[in-house]
Amino acid sequence: MADKMELRDVEVWDGNMAASQALRQVQIDVVAAYPITPSTPIVENYGNYLANGYIDGEFVMVESEHAAMSGCIGAAAAGGRVATATSSQGFALMVETLYQASGMRLPIILNVVNRALAAPLNVNGDHSDMYLGRDSGWIQFDAYNPQHAYDLNFIAFRVAEDHEIRLPAMVHQDGFLTSHTAQGVKTMDDDTAYNFVGEFKPMNDMLDLDHPVTHGVQTEEDWHFEHKARQHNDLMTKVFPKIEAAFDAFEKMTGRRYNIVETYKTEDADAVVVCMGTSVETAYEVADELRADGKKVGVIGIRVVRPWPHAQIAEALKGIKAIGALDRSSPNGTFGMLYNELAGTVVNSGEVKVLTNYVYGLGGRDLTKVHLREIYAELLANAEAGKPTTPLQQLIGVRGPKISFH
Amino acid sequence: MSEMKKIKNLKEFSTSADRFEGANLLCPGCAHSIIVREVLNATNDDLILAASTGCLEVCTAVYPYTSWDASWIHIGFENGSTAVAGAEAMYKALKRKGRLKQPDREPKFVAFGGDGASYDIGFQWISGCFERGHNMMYVVLDNEVYANTGGQRSSSTPIGASTTTAPAGRVSYGEKMHKKNMMQIMAAHGSPYVAQVAPNKWKDMVKKIQTGFATEGPVFINAMSACTTEWKFLPEDTIAISDLATDSLVFPLYEIIDGTKLNITYRPKNVIPVKDYLGAQGRFKHLFKPENKHVLDEWQARVDRDWEYLQRREEASV
Ligand SMILES: Cc1ncc(C[n+]2csc(CCOP(=O)(O)OP(=O)(O)O)c2C)c(N)n1
Ligand code: SF4
Repeated sequence: MADKMELRDVEVWDGNMAASQALRQVQIDVVAAYPITPSTPIVENYGNYLANGYIDGEFVMVESEHAAMSGCIGAAAAGGRVATATSSQGFALMVETLYQASGMRLPIILNVVNRALAAPLNVNGDHSDMYLGRDSGWIQFDAYNPQHAYDLNFIAFRVAEDHEIRLPAMVHQDGFLTSHTAQGVKTMDDDTAYNFVGEFKPMNDMLDLDHPVTHGVQTEEDWHFEHKARQHNDLMTKVFPKIEAAFDAFEKMTGRRYNIVETYKTEDADAVVVCMGTSVETAYEVADELRADGKKVGVIGIRVVRPWPHAQIAEALKGIKAIGALDRSSPNGTFGMLYNELAGTVVNSGEVKVLTNYVYGLGGRDLTKVHLREIYAELLANAEAGKPTTPLQQLIGVRGPKISFH
Repeated sequence: MSEMKKIKNLKEFSTSADRFEGANLLCPGCAHSIIVREVLNATNDDLILAASTGCLEVCTAVYPYTSWDASWIHIGFENGSTAVAGAEAMYKALKRKGRLKQPDREPKFVAFGGDGASYDIGFQWISGCFERGHNMMYVVLDNEVYANTGGQRSSSTPIGASTTTAPAGRVSYGEKMHKKNMMQIMAAHGSPYVAQVAPNKWKDMVKKIQTGFATEGPVFINAMSACTTEWKFLPEDTIAISDLATDSLVFPLYEIIDGTKLNITYRPKNVIPVKDYLGAQGRFKHLFKPENKHVLDEWQARVDRDWEYLQRREEASV
């Protein structure tokens, strides 16, 4: 039996510490991991808890991220609670196995501390790695600060391990900005935290020796489509109600409220920015300041990236005239990920809206309040004109001549 | 430790498989199925199995069917070893936490991979598993070629074989490289038990598999797997070809204990020339043209040299 850890009601934790404490409190059975900046402390902390008797699972320090997820898949198929963490190149190396984990319906939790993809090599945060994983069949939650990184892990386990879902889930946080920035984090005691997720309930586990199972079969044209269709159907229809229920239960327990789509001052807004990660909270501040000047602006934060909350976003965008999709990932020859996702939702909203794309913060570059004020000014002009008044895609804060397209 | 299964004769042995069904899609005459049955039949213990992508995998778990009546997992081409290592880690964790459903049973963890999956793409994963000392057995179904994708060379393909990516032609005698020596490489990992086996020498094989199952830590088995399709011989000749391989010493049968102590476990009464083995297979047919005689000579010299080396290692006992 692992020893309990005494926590203060509020601890000063960075995002990595918050995530690793959540892994400890749910008493992960197996972590198979490989280090990469900025997510490394998550698995280091896990090793530390193990070394000090606060956890009694298995820690397998493998030789690569591909092996990390491979080990997690084998461990999860064997029937227990499994998690790991990674970033950037490590996440890229895992991609093959991400599809295998979801296709086998294994509820693994992956903490992804977002970081740019090389080349050029860069250790800082942006969402380029998120691009690679977004169609891999995982549920994806986005944390904006260490508190979210802590809380969303519990929610992720509860949803992923639900026998009606049984899909893996990622919890994203911004590299360094969240992972290495300490803030006050409201904690739960070990028993409360554990009980929110409860004891792992195995299903089709390889270690039930009286009921052997075959995992990872071959399906060709006669069955493959049905498997994928069922997985997609479950993602589209079953996951949101389960997430809602988990958010409700979490609020009841802690008083902290999460929403699939976080809306801020959107009800009567003319213009909003849609964003993820740390920029959401910066945008809240700027929206407050502009509201004080009588400008009707708001913020939409995406909390669940996959499945894509099409209906919730459409609802949040009702009456909004101009939208800025803020993308923190290299578009590499197209619009940004968020822009493209939003476009599909906006097209079917039945309202005329102007959607523009702002690419910002690549490789850890700051998004400042000045940038956001300029973006809002353009969006308000778009709202007024009912059409784009500036180029559809702009790159924010890049040195040299202004870069924009379309 | 569970009791070792007692095996009286081949008939009883060959019919005692209740965990790998004859109902599979492997080619008639494929040695993969013989080897898998021999491994599984060697024990009555519970088994947790993994396979890498390759002929064995695509032919035995085609939804909604399975040939496996033991827990079995396939992830990808390269990571069968790590799949089983993950399951073994979970077994340890749940055992410690008192959450195993059958706490008094000790399953054995086994991964199967082709030579491509093991010598090439999956090499890093196997090396990692062995370095970390997982309690598992890794069995290579060594048919010296990527069979499942239609016969490309692997780093196990021997010199002179004609493959689709190293074909013999007007100016080429086929594969130019010598077969990678995985036995030595795995022994160098400090594995407690490494053995080379062949399905025709079933008693030798069963003994080694049972030793492997009785060994704590990562065990490596290289099993010669004659492939009727890519080696190009008649399906009914699998065992005859295998006999030629072991009796020509192309596939010497031996084991290495604790990375050092080497035992030769089969010494043919009459060692036959390598060309008898090569001549029985279509993949080496072109070597019998006069201009390729040097390859035949090199083959024989290499086999002689390797046999000499094995005998000296055995004598020296280091
Ligand atoms: C990452 C990856 N690369 C390539 C393949 C294609 N592939 C599948 S099986 C195979 C060859 C298998 O050869 P081997 O491991 O020797 O097994 P055999 O089929 O000969 O038994 C290849 C190249 C794959 N499935 N995954
Ligand atoms: S191609 Fe070779 S290895 Fe594959 S099933 Fe046929 S005989 Fe067996």
